[in-house]
Amino acid sequence: MSKERTYQDPSFRDIQEDREKSEGDRDRRVGKSEVRVDGFDKASGRTKYYEDLVPPGALYVRIKHAEIAHGMVRSVDTGEAQAIPGVVKVLTCFDVPDIPFPTAGHPWSMDPGHQDVADRHLLNRHVRYYGDDVAVVIAEDEVSANQGVRALKVEYEELPFVLDAVEAMKDGAPTLHEEYPGNVLKHTELRKGDYQNAIKEPGLVCVDKVYETPTVQHCHIENHGCFAHEENGRIVVVSSTQIPHIIRRVVGQALGRPWADIEIIKPYIGGGFGNKQDALYEPLCAWCSVMVGGRAVRIDCSREETFVSNRVRHAIRFHIVSWLRKDGTIAARKVEVFSNQGAYASHGHSIAAKAMGSFPQHYPCENMECDSYTVYTNRPAAGAMRGYGMPQASFADESNIEDCALALGMDSYEFRKKNIMPRGFHDGFSGNTNYYDTFRQCMEKGAAYIDFERKKKEYAEDSGDIRRGIGVATFWYNTGVYPISLETSSNRMALNLDGTVTFQCGETEIGQGADTAYAQMVAEAVGLRSYRDVHVKSCQDTDITPTGLGAYASRQTYMAGFSIRQTADLLRDKILAYANELTRQSVACMDIACGNIIRREDRQVLMSLKELAMTAQYNPVHSEHITAESTYTIRNNAYSFGCTFAEVEVDIPMCRVTVRNMINVHDCGRLINPALAAAQVHGGMSMAIGFGLSEQLIFDPKTGRPLNGNLLDYKLSTTMDHPHLEAQFIENPEPTSPFGTKALGEPPACSGAPAIRNAILNATGVAIDHTPINPHVLFAEFSKAGLIKDAWT
Amino acid sequence: MSAQYKLIHCTINGKETEKMVDVRASLTDMLRNEYHLTSVKKGCEVGECGACNVLINGEAFNSCIYLAVWAEGKNIQTLEGLLSPEGELSDIQQAFVEESAIQCGFCTPGFIMTAAEILNTGKLYSDDELRKLLSGHLCRCTGYENILRAVKKAMYRRLGKEVDF
Repeated sequence: MSKERTYQDPSFRDIQEDREKSEGDRDRRVGKSEVRVDGFDKASGRTKYYEDLVPPGALYVRIKHAEIAHGMVRSVDTGEAQAIPGVVKVLTCFDVPDIPFPTAGHPWSMDPGHQDVADRHLLNRHVRYYGDDVAVVIAEDEVSANQGVRALKVEYEELPFVLDAVEAMKDGAPTLHEEYPGNVLKHTELRKGDYQNAIKEPGLVCVDKVYETPTVQHCHIENHGCFAHEENGRIVVVSSTQIPHIIRRVVGQALGRPWADIEIIKPYIGGGFGNKQDALYEPLCAWCSVMVGGRAVRIDCSREETFVSNRVRHAIRFHIVSWLRKDGTIAARKVEVFSNQGAYASHGHSIAAKAMGSFPQHYPCENMECDSYTVYTNRPAAGAMRGYGMPQASFADESNIEDCALALGMDSYEFRKKNIMPRGFHDGFSGNTNYYDTFRQCMEKGAAYIDFERKKKEYAEDSGDIRRGIGVATFWYNTGVYPISLETSSNRMALNLDGTVTFQCGETEIGQGADTAYAQMVAEAVGLRSYRDVHVKSCQDTDITPTGLGAYASRQTYMAGFSIRQTADLLRDKILAYANELTRQSVACMDIACGNIIRREDRQVLMSLKELAMTAQYNPVHSEHITAESTYTIRNNAYSFGCTFAEVEVDIPMCRVTVRNMINVHDCGRLINPALAAAQVHGGMSMAIGFGLSEQLIFDPKTGRPLNGNLLDYKLSTTMDHPHLEAQFIENPEPTSPFGTKALGEPPACSGAPAIRNAILNATGVAIDHTPINPHVLFAEFSKAGLIKDAWT
Repeated sequence: MSAQYKLIHCTINGKETEKMVDVRASLTDMLRNEYHLTSVKKGCEVGECGACNVLINGEAFNSCIYLAVWAEGKNIQTLEGLLSPEGELSDIQQAFVEESAIQCGFCTPGFIMTAAEILNTGKLYSDDELRKLLSGHLCRCTGYENILRAVKKAMYRRLGKEVDF
């Protein structure tokens, strides 16, 4: 038994000495590469995901997906399916409530004009993509449910379909939603200076190009799934989601039930990357449970369903016209953004708007004319995906900047430094300021690591079949969504009887390591001995967990930081007030450090938090369970910056690109946990390599059918496809954050693809303006450039 | 009933067991549903992602495309079986924790089982060989960087050497 340590105990001296050794001891809880709070359980296989929690006997719901790209369901013959033993119920698009609902994982807005587009039913009579949800079979077991789905006979009235955003805007294109003739979900514009007049300046060089990125999918390894049942007349849904509190609202809307009738529980999830920042099948699952009398039902997406019937990243076409002066400055720019929304609005225009909004900030120029269009097509619905429009915008912008430098005969590195967002730049809309000379710092750090200047010269000499190249690309990012949407964070801290703190908040752990960052921040803010003295309740239950918005944007650490500091201050006030009763010392003279109440002036330990908690709880005349809870409305946002350098080897006859070396440098403010921060960067770089070189969901132009919605044919990077991924940081503290931190979740996915594209350009002289840059594309491009000759011609 | 179900005897994590299983069931289904070994994860159910990897007689297999009935007489090890009786992590699990090789944790059990197979050979593999040996697993969180570090670190440690990253 370890000896109980109290404030009289001389062994406390070592704590004090520890503390005195380093100034600002409390800061040491953050900024350290602690191991994850969930590391042991995940390494031992104990961690429970939704499917590990499904109650025995839950009925299987399996979905009949449309096998046409566009049309009306005339009838569904359910007879044969219903006759299958084990089948409990068949429900079709003719049975669902006529309540259109939105699915985007955005906070609710009290302003109807700012609410998400409600364009989807639980099951759809008007089928708008190949894979749309038409009917469900509910059965005792999975085999019967699947047999039932196969036995359904759906009769359609087929309609013409359109897969391309620009085609969908043309006269005569099929209309997906009656409310949106012409298929444009939204068009926004951005004007700065006088573009039309500015381009008349004599001697300008014009670079007019189109850049395009494909439909890709998140490919978290855990597919989405959920289960639902009724409990005392309310509906409980346990779901693999990033946004439990938002899902509660959407389920309520979709079922026409008061939102408080719904309880959403979010256990650990196997990745999300934005796909699970959407109401996926939670509303349908909840409704199915109601339709079988509140029995437990489960929906488990297959990988194929995840690819097609969840969400995808918007394919975007950018038309950029840049007008350049010979001195290397940009006179004017025109940017048109055509974003392929797919069949339903989901996150809708937010993505295209964010992509467009990046242009005047990333490379500010006096005269800009920007238009963005989000267009319905008969593809799977596009939603949020890591980067929210920025991987697409970065590819277009950073490719164009490279092409501009080339057109001027300038070094692109110098061209970037000359034109990129300068220190002191302020964005009036978001209120963001570029406080530091971050871009230059990041680029210089990356260039030094990869030996950019030397290699650029050396590789220019390559002329054989195998050529080396090196490229750079930068990105900027907004940490959260203020002022476009609400930013709020709530949390609760409870002092336990052993002096530790239990912590709950609505910002979810989805793999990124948020819980560990929270533990470190809480330990620091309260004054605990270790982040291990914070017990983060990873599971959110909307009945219990303080309301928060979940995991999206790159907001968790930044946003939670505000409310953590605020609640910690409340908790500290209560602790010190109670300590005042026990110690007779003035609150003003006391502090909490290393899990002890200390006297500020002489650093004497007065009592431990454990002793205080025990005394407070069991005090027969003044018992108190010391807890604190608060909400903080965040009215700040923060720029996050960085760059990628990539080195490639291009095998011209084989039309193959190998990434040989890659580094990302990020300024995400002060690092809360450097090791986990680097791990985040690795994952984003990997996603960027896939986005640049191999990933795309392909559709049959004749039928609209997705052709490669599985992990064999959709080319996700493996261990064989990566070089060592180097992650480095510039730590300029973010002045608006109580912890000096800002976005890191999404930024790593933004600048990798254009850096690779620019490296290929450097190696071969061939500018490829669309991703993925796979052998099929390279064959065509190299043929066109005369680098290879088609053997058959 | 009789034709569709079969009694399967096998050793799972060192313990001899028998259960009636549906002849159509995969080993993944049997391990998850009959034995509650939920470290065996389902990411694709067609042998593409590797999340369901287990050791069968010491060899790593995607249990989702291995029929439960084929397990008859086999010695099967899942991630649950790597933990010591005292609840301590094995060297490879420990390395995954130390190297931040775990994020969402969903691909982790499969990766660790393949890593266990690699380590059990007692060989020292080059980085390129390790990349090839681990390429049957997909991970979307880590970019594989720290997973490779963890496997390499554990491999070196087991051979009594210090790793040089």
